Amino acid sequence: MITGFLALYIFMLAAFTGYEIISRVPVILHTPLMSGSNFVHGIVLVGAMVALGHAQGAVNIGIGVVAVLLAAGNVAGGYVVTERMLEMFKTSKVSAAPSPEKKR
Amino acid sequence: MTFPAWVPTVVEAIYFSAAVLFIWGLKRMSSPRTARQGIVWAGVGMATAILATFFLPGMHNLGWMVGAIAVGVVLSWIIGRRVPMTAMPQMVALFNGMGGGAAAAIGALELIRFNAALLLVPDTASIQPEAWAGAAAGLSPVELVLAFVGVLIGAISFTGSLVAFAKLQGWMDRRFVFPLQRWVNLAIFVVAIVCGAIALAAGIDGHAFAWGWLTAFIVLALVFGVAMTLPIGGADMPVVISMYNAFTGLAVAFEGFVLQNEAMIIAGMVVGAAGTLLTQLMAKAMNRSLGNVLFGNFGGGGGAAQQEIAGSLKPIDANDAAVMMAYAERVAIVPGYGMAVAQAQHKIWEFAKLLIDRGVKVKFAIHPVAGRMPGHMNVLLAEAGVPYDLIEDMDDINPEFPNTDVALVIGANDVVNPVARTDKNSPIYGMPILDVSKAKNVIVIKRGRGKGFAGIENALFYADNTRMLYGDGQAAAGELVTGLKSLDG
Repeated sequence: MITGFLALYIFMLAAFTGYEIISRVPVILHTPLMSGSNFVHGIVLVGAMVALGHAQGAVNIGIGVVAVLLAAGNVAGGYVVTERMLEMFKTSKVSAAPSPEKKR
Repeated sequence: MTFPAWVPTVVEAIYFSAAVLFIWGLKRMSSPRTARQGIVWAGVGMATAILATFFLPGMHNLGWMVGAIAVGVVLSWIIGRRVPMTAMPQMVALFNGMGGGAAAAIGALELIRFNAALLLVPDTASIQPEAWAGAAAGLSPVELVLAFVGVLIGAISFTGSLVAFAKLQGWMDRRFVFPLQRWVNLAIFVVAIVCGAIALAAGIDGHAFAWGWLTAFIVLALVFGVAMTLPIGGADMPVVISMYNAFTGLAVAFEGFVLQNEAMIIAGMVVGAAGTLLTQLMAKAMNRSLGNVLFGNFGGGGGAAQQEIAGSLKPIDANDAAVMMAYAERVAIVPGYGMAVAQAQHKIWEFAKLLIDRGVKVKFAIHPVAGRMPGHMNVLLAEAGVPYDLIEDMDDINPEFPNTDVALVIGANDVVNPVARTDKNSPIYGMPILDVSKAKNVIVIKRGRGKGFAGIENALFYADNTRMLYGDGQAAAGELVTGLKSLDG
C-alpha cells in the first residue's frame, strides 16, 4: 500500500524527473515530445482495465467500457503519431556526428 | 480466473519496469538521433504493462475489455496513420482528451463504487464511532479527495481538448465570446466545486451522498472544460493543448493513487510536470503569460492606434528572385505555417537543394512558434526531407541575419514583423521575432495583401529592402525552381 507521505515522495520525485527530462529537450523536438508525453499518460489504460475489471452492473460496466475505449485510443493514437514524427528526423551528415543538442 | 500466488508480484515488477522505460524513453527523446528509439522503448513498456494487467487477480468483464481495447486501438491507429503532418497539433489534442476522459471515468467509477458500498452500510458511525466508515467502502480520505480532484481535472481536460481539436480542425472557426464570460465561467467552476465538496464532505464523514451531487459535479466539470476553451483563439491553442496535456497527466497520477497503481502515479506525474514546463516554454516563446492566454482577449479591439507604416509594397517576379538567390552567398529560408498549408515544403526543399548544389549556404530559420505548436515546423520540414542540421533556432540565426544576402520568407507573417520591436502600441510588441528585416535583401512569398494571425500590418513588407513575390506558396516555389534550372541552360 502506498499511503500518506510515501505517496507524496513519489509524486515529488516523479515531478522533478519530468521537469528535468524536458528541460533538456531542444525546441525542434517540442511537438514530438508533447505527443510522446501524451502517449505516456496513456498508461491510464491500465487503470481503466482495472476499473472495468471490477465493475458490476450495467451502468458501471458501461462507464468502464468507455474508460477503456478512450484510454486505448490515447495509447494507440499517441504512439502512432509520435513514431511517425520522430521517424522523419534525419541529418545530412551521415558519419560526422552533428551535435544536435547545442543549446540546453 | 485463478493464477498462482506469485503472479501479482510479477505484474508489479512489470509495472515498475514500464515506469523505468517511460522515463528512459522520454530521456532518449531529448535528442533527434535517439528520439525514435525513445518512443519505441516507451512503447515496449506500455505494451507489457497492458498485457500484464490481464493477469491481475479478480478481473471480470474480460470480453468487454478486449473488445473496447480492440476498437479503441484500431480506430486511433487508422486515424493516426492517415492524418497529414499539418494536422498533428489537433491529433495531440484529440488523443490527450481521450486520456483525460478515461481518467475522469475511472475516478467516477471509483466514487460510484465507494458510494454504493456506503449505501449498503448505512450508519456504521453509530455502531463503531472510532472506525471510519469509508474504510469499509475501500477508500481512505486522501484517496477520496484525489479521486474527486482527478475527476475534475480529467473532465476539464477531456472536453477542453475536444474543443481545442474542433477549433484547430476548423470545425469551429471563430472564438466564442460574450459579455461577462469570465464571470459566467467562474460561476460554473465554483458551483462544480461546491457540488463536489458536498459529496466529498459526506463521503469523508462516512455517509453516503445523494447521486445528484456527484452527477452535477461531473456534468459541470465537463461543461467548464468547454466554456473555458471556447473564448481562446487559434493562435493560443498550442499553449492550451500543452496545459491540458499536463492536466491529463495529473489526473492519471491521482487516479493511479486511488487505484494504488505505481506505474500510473509515476507516468502521470512525470507527464504532469513535463507538460507544465512545456506550457511555460511555449507561452514564453509567444510572449504571452498563461493567465493572459486563458483570460485575456488577444486582438480583441481597442487599444491605442498603431503607428502608420510608411513605404509601399514592391513586387518581384519569380525569375528575378531565383537569380538573386542563385548568386547570393548566404540565403536564409524563413518558413511559416502558410507554407505548410500550401504544401510548399517539398518544392522549397527542392529549391534549397539546387541552391546548395550551386554553393550557396542555405539555412532554415525557425521561430519557436512557427507552425501551430513549438517544433511543429521542424516536423513539417523533416517530412519534406530537410535534414535537421540545416535548421536553426531563432537565437542561433538572429545574429546571422545582417550577414545574410537574401532572406526568403514563405508563409510567415507575425513572427517576422519588426513592429514587435519598434511599436509599443502593437499587440505583438515585445514578442521575440526573427530579425529578417536586418538581412540585405528580403523576398516574401505571399498569396495576397492579407494580414497575419494577429491581424496586424507587417512593416517588413513595406521595407526598402523587401520585394514581394505574389502567388500561391507551392506555385511560387515551383516557379523559383524553374527559374533556377533555366539559369543552367
